[in-house]
Amino acid sequence: MSFQAKALGLSYGLHEATFDLPASGFVTIAGPNGAGKSTLLGVLAGLRHPYRGACTYRGVEIRKWRRGEFARQIAFLPQSMRMEFPFTAEQVVLMGRAPYSDGWFESQRDHDAVERAMETTDTTAFAARDFRSLSGGEKQRLILASSLAQEPETLLLDEPTTFLDLKHQLAMYRLLSTLAKRLLVVAVTHDLNLALRFSDRVLVMENGRIAANGAPQEALAPAVIERVFGVHSEVRDGWLVYDL
Amino acid sequence: MTRSVWISLIIFLIVAVAAPLIGSSHIELRRALAGTSPDHEIFFYARLPRVLLALLAGAALSLTGVIFQCLLRDPLAEPYTLGISSGGSVGAVIAICFGLPAIGLLSLAGAGTALLIVLGIAFEGRRISSFTLLLAGVTMNSISLAIVLFLHSLASFSQSFAISRWLMGGLDAVAYSTLAWLAVAVIPVCMVVIAYSRQWNLLAVGEEWASSRGLSTTTYTVLGYIAGSFLTGIVTSLTGPIGFVGLIVPHALRLKLGADHRALMPCSFLLGAAFLAVCDALSRTVIAPTEIPVGVVTALVGGPFFIWLLRSKRRSLWL
Repeated sequence: MSFQAKALGLSYGLHEATFDLPASGFVTIAGPNGAGKSTLLGVLAGLRHPYRGACTYRGVEIRKWRRGEFARQIAFLPQSMRMEFPFTAEQVVLMGRAPYSDGWFESQRDHDAVERAMETTDTTAFAARDFRSLSGGEKQRLILASSLAQEPETLLLDEPTTFLDLKHQLAMYRLLSTLAKRLLVVAVTHDLNLALRFSDRVLVMENGRIAANGAPQEALAPAVIERVFGVHSEVRDGWLVYDL
Repeated sequence: MTRSVWISLIIFLIVAVAAPLIGSSHIELRRALAGTSPDHEIFFYARLPRVLLALLAGAALSLTGVIFQCLLRDPLAEPYTLGISSGGSVGAVIAICFGLPAIGLLSLAGAGTALLIVLGIAFEGRRISSFTLLLAGVTMNSISLAIVLFLHSLASFSQSFAISRWLMGGLDAVAYSTLAWLAVAVIPVCMVVIAYSRQWNLLAVGEEWASSRGLSTTTYTVLGYIAGSFLTGIVTSLTGPIGFVGLIVPHALRLKLGADHRALMPCSFLLGAAFLAVCDALSRTVIAPTEIPVGVVTALVGGPFFIWLLRSKRRSLWL
């Protein structure tokens, strides 16, 4: 067990959310715009204080976790980032080692973790480039590398494939699927089909509440999709087909 | 990284040694050290204190520029963005207008008051909003300027002259005891700020970024603002507002060295000191025996240099 939420809420955007998440596996959070998906992810990442109700990670209330310890366990990927300064891609990934390094210089272990992370995300080629010069998709892969360099037990991703082309979307989901064998991967997504095919569990949200929580086939059943998204669909050969 | 710091240190030392020897009268170091007049007096009482003041002020202002640019995530921020020094100006102008003796102390008080007001406006619960801070600073600047203009309009002729001179900023010779206090105040604060360079790297990217990597963002943000405001307030109380140093030095260095604060901060400290000392030497010599106010020199030297730097790096800039 990793996250356990009981009647979790915020003053806006999230109400009475109760759910448990496993210690590993691929969980996706889906729902219409404004449903509270990013808000929920933010609470899990320890970025939204104060919250109502209870939410524990590994048995400890999120607001009671020490920040450095928490950062060694959980890595959060925002959907996009605005970078004002000329950090290189490699420097951005190296910042993922912050929870582990106290000294002035990075250690060999830090550099090794960064190298592995950049290889895994296929970003080694632009290590020396200015982060701001990268395309949206390259930036997303690089932010993932920075989070992997954190060597977390849990990855929280806010719409990780928004800017990726088809090839890289599939590559990202395959990668997350592989990582989910060891880690807990929680991703907010708009792509219901990729959620259906790749995830072990889906949380569907609507108006700040959890509307469905279970295996993909149940949580993303056409009846749920009709109710929550207002779109008529059916499942054919394991794929969701929408009524255009 | 270490190489740039060494190069900066060498430049700093060259400037520190050469600057007191430059001036409208020619002097020699040997004669000055041997106690020969007038070299000795000119070196030790007229020039060296000014150079030391320039080195300390330049270092403090440049480093503050780096901190504020980081915390506000705005490469155009500088020590005066938060209105601290304009608060200092109000204090100084009040002292001049009411004939109070301790202009420096009142300037410091004005700077402190401005800091408290601006921080008070920007604190939301337990967090500081950078955006609100920026706006509060801009407002503080406007209000302070208005107060200064108002007082200036009521001032007598000699008071008006004193006010104008103060507002231009200058590096007049100060007593060694004052310099000692300045060094004791400035150097430890700068060292602490530079020591946290990796933390400033994280904050420079964003608050959520830093927070999700284990940094207590509010602690470091408040620390940064107080350190930067303290440095600005102290320097301004002695020199008046000297512009451009805190904007140009960090920005130019960032273009050359990149954004890593572990290189940027020590180099800004050292080269900011050197830059102001050079500008001071120019201000004393270009139209000797008349002095150009050093704030004019920093703008006239820094501005075109910066434009040249921007143009030469244009193709690789992603602004």
